[in-house]
Amino acid sequence: MQANPNDKQAQIRALIARGKLKDALFAALGIICLGIGLVVIFALVADMAVKGAARFNLDFFLNFASRRATQAGILSAWVGSLLVMLVTALTAVPLGVAAGLYLEEYAKRNWITEVIEINITNLAAVPSIVYGLLALGIFVYTFGFGQSILSAGLTLALLILPIVIVSTREAIRSIPAMIREGSMAVGATRWQTCRYHIIPYAMPGILTGVIIGLARAIGETAPIITIGALTFIAFLPPVPFSELADGTRAGLFDWVMSPFTVMPIQIFNWTSRPDPAFEVNAAAAGFVLMAMVLTMNAIAIWLRYRLRKNIKW
Amino acid sequence: MQTASATTAAPALKAEARDFNFFYGDVQALKKINMPIHDKKVTALIGPSGCGKSTYLRSFNRMHDLYPGNRYEGEIRFYPDNTNLLSPDVDPIEVRMRVGMVFQKPNPFPKSIFENVAYGLRVRGEKNRRALDDKVEAALKGAAIWDEVKDRLQDLATNLSGGQQQRLCIARALATDPELLLFDEPTSALDPIATGAIEELVHELKQRVTILIVTHNMQQAARVSDYTAYMYLGEMIEFGKTDDIFIKPQDKRTEDYITGRMG
Repeated sequence: MQANPNDKQAQIRALIARGKLKDALFAALGIICLGIGLVVIFALVADMAVKGAARFNLDFFLNFASRRATQAGILSAWVGSLLVMLVTALTAVPLGVAAGLYLEEYAKRNWITEVIEINITNLAAVPSIVYGLLALGIFVYTFGFGQSILSAGLTLALLILPIVIVSTREAIRSIPAMIREGSMAVGATRWQTCRYHIIPYAMPGILTGVIIGLARAIGETAPIITIGALTFIAFLPPVPFSELADGTRAGLFDWVMSPFTVMPIQIFNWTSRPDPAFEVNAAAAGFVLMAMVLTMNAIAIWLRYRLRKNIKW
Repeated sequence: MQTASATTAAPALKAEARDFNFFYGDVQALKKINMPIHDKKVTALIGPSGCGKSTYLRSFNRMHDLYPGNRYEGEIRFYPDNTNLLSPDVDPIEVRMRVGMVFQKPNPFPKSIFENVAYGLRVRGEKNRRALDDKVEAALKGAAIWDEVKDRLQDLATNLSGGQQQRLCIARALATDPELLLFDEPTSALDPIATGAIEELVHELKQRVTILIVTHNMQQAARVSDYTAYMYLGEMIEFGKTDDIFIKPQDKRTEDYITGRMG
């Protein structure tokens, strides 16, 4: 078999050309798949922006709901959404981070922790309406929180707790063992190791999980409807220490017990009206909600970048 | 406290393993180890990969306690107070406060150079800024890295070179004045120049602290240590003065390893 060296070279080149053709085919397929997803979401957002364009003015953000579509605004809805998110974050973050930290750094590996772990994963898959039913029974009636911002915030906190726990654990697991050993080797306790190292180094990952969870929570409608949020609210929760109608002053936390509405409920309410003029409102509010979610995601990316810059091993 | 093995000419003991066995779960990794660690001397542990030298080293600061399923048997006596480091009654944190460690791969924390060295002091509750400054400076000088970092103590430690990182880790261990310093193949991730600097440092440090060093590099053991132990398959095959071990080993297996016929 005395092959001509030129033949050999031609063979190799043909082989490479065939391989590269497959490369190019797969790359094209990937771009198409990616494109489908992006085009659909872009079309949705653009559609809402165009349909709702007539309502994009300051009044829309500063007006309460109204029977006249052109005068109706989303003031109580966006304020309600932000306040509910505040309660959700303040509840879910400490609970979720502490639970994740305990499972990763303290819990002994045995069947009890196995069962707990499996159940946390399962919790993430529980339909949100079920959380709504649970909250209706526990927060609204048993604890007597009523149809308040507190009830809604706690319900959504339950909903995103598994997300926060799982992302906390993943962030902790990505810290190399040698960092932990380095800390313990100078005589640190477990808590000192967590406080000085594990929590700060896991923070970028934890924050990312928290914001992804909040972005999911802000769009949730079913559990909020279940606990009985109102759809027509023409007032804002009391600002701490402000003067109330009866002349007394509001307490620091009075707002948490206030009735409220949130963005998705406002949108749902408008889409179910017979008057087509309200569809414009719904589209505009939908666009605002999308903008809120995208802003939260942007903050997550920025925070992660800022905090990760100095953390490397 | 004077043991039978400590003959008239031998220096004082810092620690001594007595019939020490170690188990990873059901697997016995160390078998009946008996060995003295002489005070203010450098003792090297050599042997082929998997012989248990790192496992043995990590027993001196109870690092194995961090992971489930590990078990110690026997004793490692620590002097002058004759404490059994392995006793369940002795808190591993107390042991680690007295026994420092430098790891195979430099592992500075992603914090400032200053905070890395100050960490051991902070863990001990030191809050006085002056005291922290003084001790950090002394530790960095002791680890021969002060001149390189004194103008940038607030810079990230992870931006230093590998050799500097390892000397920083030595400074971190020195800052809390350990009585025994463990080195787990401290130069295996470093280039020859950085390795030379660490070896020189080990030589200087034995004035003030007892040193136990694991190395896979026999020349390194010959260069830095006063005593050498050869380990094989979890057993202590031979222990003696470094010169004796390298010039006239008593055991055939030690001789094979040292002359390069095995390992």
